[in-house]
Amino acid sequence: MTTNILEMRSITKTFPGVKALQDVTLEVARGEIHAICGENGAGKSTLMKVLSGVYPTGTYEGDIVFENDTMTFRDIRDSEAKGIVIIHQELALSPYLSIAENIFLNNEVKGLFGLIDWNKSNSEAAKLLARVGLRENPTTKIMDLGVGKQQLVEIAKALSKRVKLLILDEPTAALNDEDSDHLLDLILHLKEQGITSIIISHKLNEIKKIADSVTVIRDGKTIETMAKGEVSEERIIKDMVGRDLEHRYPDHTPNIGEEILRVENWRAHHPQDPSRVIVDDVNLSVRRGEIVGIAGLMGAGRTEFAMSLFGKSYGTRISGKVFKNGTEIKTRSVSEAIENGLAYATEDRKQYGLNLIEDIKRNISAASLGKLAQGGLVNDNEEFKVANEYRKSMNIKSPTVLAKTGKLSGGNQQKVVLSKWIYSDPDVLILDEPTRGIDVGAKYEIYAIINRLASEGKGIIVISSELPELLGICDRIYALSEGRITGELPIAEATPEALLTLMTMEKPR
Amino acid sequence: MSETTTRPQTEPVGPPPTSKIASSLSHIITDLGKNGIFLALVAVVALFSILTIQNGQSILLRPQNISNLIVQNGYILILAIGMVMVIVAGHIDLSVGSVAAFVGAISGVFAVKMDMPWALAIVLSLLVGALVGAWQGFWIAYVGIPAFIVTLAGMLIFRGLALVVLGNSNIGSFPEEYRALGNGFLNFEIDLGGRSHIDPLTLGVGLIAVIALIVQQVRTRAGRRSYGQDVEPLPWFVAKLALVTVGVGLFALALAVFKGIPVTLIVLAILVLVYGIVTNRSVFGRHIYAIGGNRHAAELSGVKTRKVDFFIFVNMGFLAALAGLVFTARLNLAGPKAGDGFELEAISAAFIGGAAVQGGVGTIGGAIIGGLIIGVLNNGMSIMGIGIEWQQAVKGLVLLLAVAFDVFNKRRSGGR
Repeated sequence: MTTNILEMRSITKTFPGVKALQDVTLEVARGEIHAICGENGAGKSTLMKVLSGVYPTGTYEGDIVFENDTMTFRDIRDSEAKGIVIIHQELALSPYLSIAENIFLNNEVKGLFGLIDWNKSNSEAAKLLARVGLRENPTTKIMDLGVGKQQLVEIAKALSKRVKLLILDEPTAALNDEDSDHLLDLILHLKEQGITSIIISHKLNEIKKIADSVTVIRDGKTIETMAKGEVSEERIIKDMVGRDLEHRYPDHTPNIGEEILRVENWRAHHPQDPSRVIVDDVNLSVRRGEIVGIAGLMGAGRTEFAMSLFGKSYGTRISGKVFKNGTEIKTRSVSEAIENGLAYATEDRKQYGLNLIEDIKRNISAASLGKLAQGGLVNDNEEFKVANEYRKSMNIKSPTVLAKTGKLSGGNQQKVVLSKWIYSDPDVLILDEPTRGIDVGAKYEIYAIINRLASEGKGIIVISSELPELLGICDRIYALSEGRITGELPIAEATPEALLTLMTMEKPR
Repeated sequence: MSETTTRPQTEPVGPPPTSKIASSLSHIITDLGKNGIFLALVAVVALFSILTIQNGQSILLRPQNISNLIVQNGYILILAIGMVMVIVAGHIDLSVGSVAAFVGAISGVFAVKMDMPWALAIVLSLLVGALVGAWQGFWIAYVGIPAFIVTLAGMLIFRGLALVVLGNSNIGSFPEEYRALGNGFLNFEIDLGGRSHIDPLTLGVGLIAVIALIVQQVRTRAGRRSYGQDVEPLPWFVAKLALVTVGVGLFALALAVFKGIPVTLIVLAILVLVYGIVTNRSVFGRHIYAIGGNRHAAELSGVKTRKVDFFIFVNMGFLAALAGLVFTARLNLAGPKAGDGFELEAISAAFIGGAAVQGGVGTIGGAIIGGLIIGVLNNGMSIMGIGIEWQQAVKGLVLLLAVAFDVFNKRRSGGR
């Protein structure tokens, strides 16, 4: 018997080749606000998916004990039936439906003959909205609400499910200061009503403000749980980071030359909500032969910065200046950016980087068809030759360049992406998560390729969520937090703690 | 540099052929799979050849009928060429029938009512088609309205405008040269006594075509061998070439004995050649396949996707105009009912020919074969006296089964 409302005991979850959670324990006291902290990929989301039933009982080892009962969940509906409701970072609301329709989605208020009673739905919705402090007409469509209010609708939805344990995944990630404050106050208010909350967050100020205890997870393991009095930023950061650098990185003697790229006052706004600043006055520079890292937590704006720079592929109201070798250049379209010697290897290679139904050689030539064309016709033989050369020099494991890219492993697909961009002969390469989802051996090969490119005099920007990776290969690292550059550290001064402090730095109010 | 981590075996290694016979067989089977639609065409021709036998002779295979087959269905093939490019890029065009009717009507005004020289009338009409395509391309590429809606609107708009131009009547009596587009033949007849004659020009052209085909195939095979790629076993290769030679030879003979090479066939041959090069070898063609395969990746690789989209529809407008001219020329009539249902036949041709619904897959060759299958169905069923209602039902069923078979095949080989 325990007074804890929730105990997750010895949870282990494995994916093919990866142990996402290892013997994780989590104890949440009744009526408390419990924060969970961890780096990207530490296992926080996986743990919550186990708790909420997204990963059903049987797909993991260990027990979930909720209100002194061992739980068996087949899916989310089972966990919700027990009063465990999770609100994801990407809100699960249907934009064209109204507030009431969303709240009662799959939980409709029925009247005569099993048909929906809209009047009752709307009045019930109004009561729930009052509880979360949202004064809106329940018939308002979700898309007409700002993100902050949408978040409140999600909480109202949770209340309608008679929630006992509310899980919030990065609840203030997309909110401005005012909405964030309101939300935090609401969570405290719900606590007074007896609702227990788990918040996943990396915003240390928030955690200090409302959390009763904090559990830090790192590499799929629980590091420690702190009670309110023991919570301090330094301690949390140390727990989040402190690991031996098990990865190996190829040796590299930097040969750094003149400045090759400089970005000044770069600003970009959210595409759907132009009042929201996503990239906030970024200034950075790269020199020939230098490998520069951009570190930041999820939502910091790293990919958004890179994509807005590369041909305005993301965002609205983009402003700022770009200089190459001291002369200003424009990157208003992707082809203009490529012509000016930039290359950008996307974060999600399957969605944005490759044509999976085409063969390797056509993917490699995709950004450089001009080089292979005479009179508008592509020289197939030359294309085959070039692709074959890359297949050998990049060690792409495929018997032929005619194989379809969709059939390659992640590491080999990434090598095809890199080949495409190297072939476009850029001066500056921006690599966004270049080793995501790739096995250790292939990672090493990619680091070696990055080093080779640097030694050829190119400027490389590496965006990565893995601090050890950045620390292992970069010469200099920028930290990005909430769209701003919060710091710049030469490799000699860059430690995981220093970086994480910069990455979690919040905007001054 | 000591590296103690081992790399997991990630390469896709196929099973080595256990014997020459086994590898030959696997080649033949893969070839048959890839040439599935071609075999389907052969099967359909064979089926109707038998079904139309009367008095010991197959009406389908009569020289006059074979010639008619090309001439009557030329418009589908022209439209299918443009349609396949539209579909590969991930769009659709529902307006081609109406545009064909509209341009047919306009050409009537130019050539008959305004008494323009026939060449000028044809050129201007094609230009009008391209402008219509530009109009639709603008809405689709630059305003961002889905092609389905824009071309649905176009279907209505241009059918209406065709009626406006025709002014409630038909236009007929086109100049002879114009009519040659649909009805004309290129020949040099030699009398063989009695009522039979033969055209050595056609035979000559057929011979050249066969030789060109053999040369191209041999060179491709040699080229692939020099790159170390796997090639099919020699006996099978020779057998295929022999079959194709016989097929083309008989086809040329049939045409030679009837009236020679239809002008429509010449137009088609030029289009297939040009568009084959465009889709297989040109940068523009590559861009179309890139956009269809993954639009985001294409954009981020520097492809000017909107420009490509725009020109695909300009091209479709041009080809719809050409189809309209060929059709009008053959009937010697521009009327309000022209082009009715063309779009469905063209779309069916492209899909039967192997285009994928999501885009990114599809070939000119496939579209032509798909169009021929529809043509043979049209022709064969008409000879058999099957009513139009049933013909419609059969064609719909064939489309459904063809695409289902294609989807099944792709799923089996682990594709999308």
